[in-house]
Amino acid sequence: MNQIFLVNESRRRFLQGAGGLALGIYVGDVFADQGTAAPGNGGAALVAPVNFEPNAFVRIGSDNTVTVISKHLEMGQGTFTGLATLLAEELDADWTQVRVEGAPADVAKYKNLMMGIQLTGGSTAMANSHEQMRKAGAAARAMFVSAAAEQWKVPADSITVINGVVHAKSGRKASFGQLAERAGKQPVPQDVSLKDPKSFKLIGKPTLHRKDHVDKTNGMAIFTQDYKLPGMLVAVVAHPQRFGAVVKSVDAAKARAVPDVVEVVQFGGSAHRFAGVAVLAKNTWAARSGRDALVIEWDESQAFKLGSAEIMAQYKEMAKKDGLVARKDGDVAAALARPAKLIEAEYEVPYLAHSAMEPLNCLVKLGDGTCEIVNGEQMHTPDQGAVAALLGISPDQVSITQLYAGGSFGRRANPQADYVLEAVAIAKAAWDQGVKVPVKMVWTREEDTRGGYYRPMSFHTARLALDDSGQLVAWHHHIVGQSIIRGTAFEPFMVKNGIDETSVEGVADMSYEVPNLRIELSTPDNINVPVQWWRSVGHSYNGFVKESLIDEAAVAAGKDPYEYRRALLGKSPRLKGVLELVADNAQWSKPLKPGADGDKRGRGIAVHESFNTYVAQVAEVTVKADGSFKVDRVVCAVDCGLAINPDIIVAQMQGGIGFGLSAALHGAITLDGGVVQQSNFHQYIPLRINEMPAVEVFIVPSTEKPTGVGEPGTPPIAPAVVNAIAAATGKRIRKLPIADQLSA
Amino acid sequence: MIQLTINGKSHSYDGDASMPLLWYLRDVADLTGTKYGCGMALCGACTVHLDGQPIRSCVTPVAAAAGKKITTIEAVGADKVGHAVQTSWQKLDVVQCGYCQSGQIMSATALLKSNRKPSDADIDAAMSGNVCRCATYVRIRAAIHDAAQSLSA
Repeated sequence: MNQIFLVNESRRRFLQGAGGLALGIYVGDVFADQGTAAPGNGGAALVAPVNFEPNAFVRIGSDNTVTVISKHLEMGQGTFTGLATLLAEELDADWTQVRVEGAPADVAKYKNLMMGIQLTGGSTAMANSHEQMRKAGAAARAMFVSAAAEQWKVPADSITVINGVVHAKSGRKASFGQLAERAGKQPVPQDVSLKDPKSFKLIGKPTLHRKDHVDKTNGMAIFTQDYKLPGMLVAVVAHPQRFGAVVKSVDAAKARAVPDVVEVVQFGGSAHRFAGVAVLAKNTWAARSGRDALVIEWDESQAFKLGSAEIMAQYKEMAKKDGLVARKDGDVAAALARPAKLIEAEYEVPYLAHSAMEPLNCLVKLGDGTCEIVNGEQMHTPDQGAVAALLGISPDQVSITQLYAGGSFGRRANPQADYVLEAVAIAKAAWDQGVKVPVKMVWTREEDTRGGYYRPMSFHTARLALDDSGQLVAWHHHIVGQSIIRGTAFEPFMVKNGIDETSVEGVADMSYEVPNLRIELSTPDNINVPVQWWRSVGHSYNGFVKESLIDEAAVAAGKDPYEYRRALLGKSPRLKGVLELVADNAQWSKPLKPGADGDKRGRGIAVHESFNTYVAQVAEVTVKADGSFKVDRVVCAVDCGLAINPDIIVAQMQGGIGFGLSAALHGAITLDGGVVQQSNFHQYIPLRINEMPAVEVFIVPSTEKPTGVGEPGTPPIAPAVVNAIAAATGKRIRKLPIADQLSA
Repeated sequence: MIQLTINGKSHSYDGDASMPLLWYLRDVADLTGTKYGCGMALCGACTVHLDGQPIRSCVTPVAAAAGKKITTIEAVGADKVGHAVQTSWQKLDVVQCGYCQSGQIMSATALLKSNRKPSDADIDAAMSGNVCRCATYVRIRAAIHDAAQSLSA
């Protein structure tokens, strides 16, 4: 009876729990033709029997539905579709019979094979599990073949599987559903062979539709924000305005007087989490109204009180001293002593919020010694451990139901489990006050924007030396910024000799052949602004600085920026490949069409590798006389190995470009006296449709192992745009966001 | 007592009349397809139709919807234009995370109801109130053109 089910709109759409929470099941295919359940009835009768479950990744019922279990979160990047494509390909399933659901927390079954824990991140979903999912599908297929051979008493090699139907040469045929029970009794093959890529039907098919494209266009997709359990209360929180402040006193009388408010709880913070007060109510509006009626006095004695201008001033001082050396080739000092041409530049990038459309939230149902989490879950294993530690129970008493996330861009994978622990702390406080019900914590947009865990602000100082021929002979680059990894469980693996590899990624590993190269890092230890990975992590700023600097060198050398890069990538064929592909398709060798009278047009190029995926972009901009400008068109080339879902790759390039452009044009979180100055979309300004360029994407045909596409589209766009602006106007933008720097 | 007509069905509500329609739809009527994104009419995720006009339900009190016809994403497909928009959205696989898309579809449907052949500038004007952090804008634009074409066919 441990089922959650959903009756769709025509049957009074409703979420119901009957006797606990074990499975998250989406409305749709499975239940479409199976009648109605009124609220209050048990859900078990609606669930088609599962006759065949050969491994942790696929279930097939007598209703002929193939359910693929995705160990990775679907947050928009297309992972559900990608993993299902791989499995269905080897299973020879019909795409229309395939549905996908998120995996529960189970590290033994669902660990990320590149990380050893269950986690979605680092653009690794396809990279770590492509073979695993294909093998899971091939094993299931083999069991259908042996089941059919047994049932029909024919040799296994006379059996084929086409679009979910098992055929024998004799002409007999049966669906997966018809054979499921017998297939479930076959031995699971220990070794399976995989298809020759030449016979792929789903992998590489450009017209294959996403698995979530219907539910996400008719309002039926269920996010954490939408999930309901019987008796559940909604918690809206009050956070302090400064990081590190705690509650001194709270007067909740007015909050408690709001109709439908049930309880008010205080929750303690930690070095990594907010302290605050939560108002629990029967609906979100009442909870919010109650929250707004709280009178809280905060103790700010330990709070962080610096502003971003002061932080940047400190970084500039730090850059004057030696940093830790992340990479050292040749002798930079000697090469910089007698340059024919010297480029000296300082770059600044701001803090950035992830600002997913679905503000952070998490549903918690406590029991006696148990905790059930319902969440757009990005980091099952660490969250499970953190929740268990907070409650003093064992991790296996913490279950997680993984729903769709309405975006994340990294934020839902918080190494401190900040928002998940906050939700659990609220539910626990309510429980201790006698309110023993499921609690869904929802942050408002303001909490989400001011909630910390930003992409770090950073300062870069660089000196590049050119010789008489314009050849780049030295690159000395010093990065100053907070570490996102220090103080987390990832520190032992990702901080080497004091250097957080994410702080220097994208430059310390650059592929340009520069004989004298020195990359330094300085990391402050007094800045208590919570920071975290943000789509493409260190590449988001190091890619910008590196691709701006190389452009500055090309301009100083009087060389074509494309040819200049190309000449330095002789040992990097895949980077060079995307660079050439983008230049061809952007018709780089031909002059850019001029704009209207008074308009200046320019074209910029950038190429960057991140997460083993190679992306090059050309941006075309038009700058008007008043300094306003528009990015008109972006041409993009990507090499991500085998293209599993070409249309999703295109979508991720389009989206990665838009996300990066949003930050490049407008994105900045700033602090004044420790107080975040942005609260909602009028201050933390997102890209809108009128600012979105046309985008053309070209995928390099490849048989290399597949790599990720969720993040790599983002790093090249900011430098491509500033390089285009420099080409159009001669003005070099070295500080993001670009905002009104051209009209100022 | 406030009388509401949501997707053709009557509802009576005697709670806080200042509650935004968004929260009535989501928390009381269990129509969770309409989303909360900002609470300040800045992102459009909460867009529904009030007597056919697109409104931001996060800043519209329930009282302001009394006696009017409310249409949400759950029922917009019953309308010819809404159905065409949803079909084009699916044909072009517009969605990524999907959280903003109910609002995008409601805004796009309202646009096409008043303008059967919108230009790119018309689309910019009608859709720039709807934020998509996944930046699916290229496909939103293409899907609106596609729906316009299918409606004129």
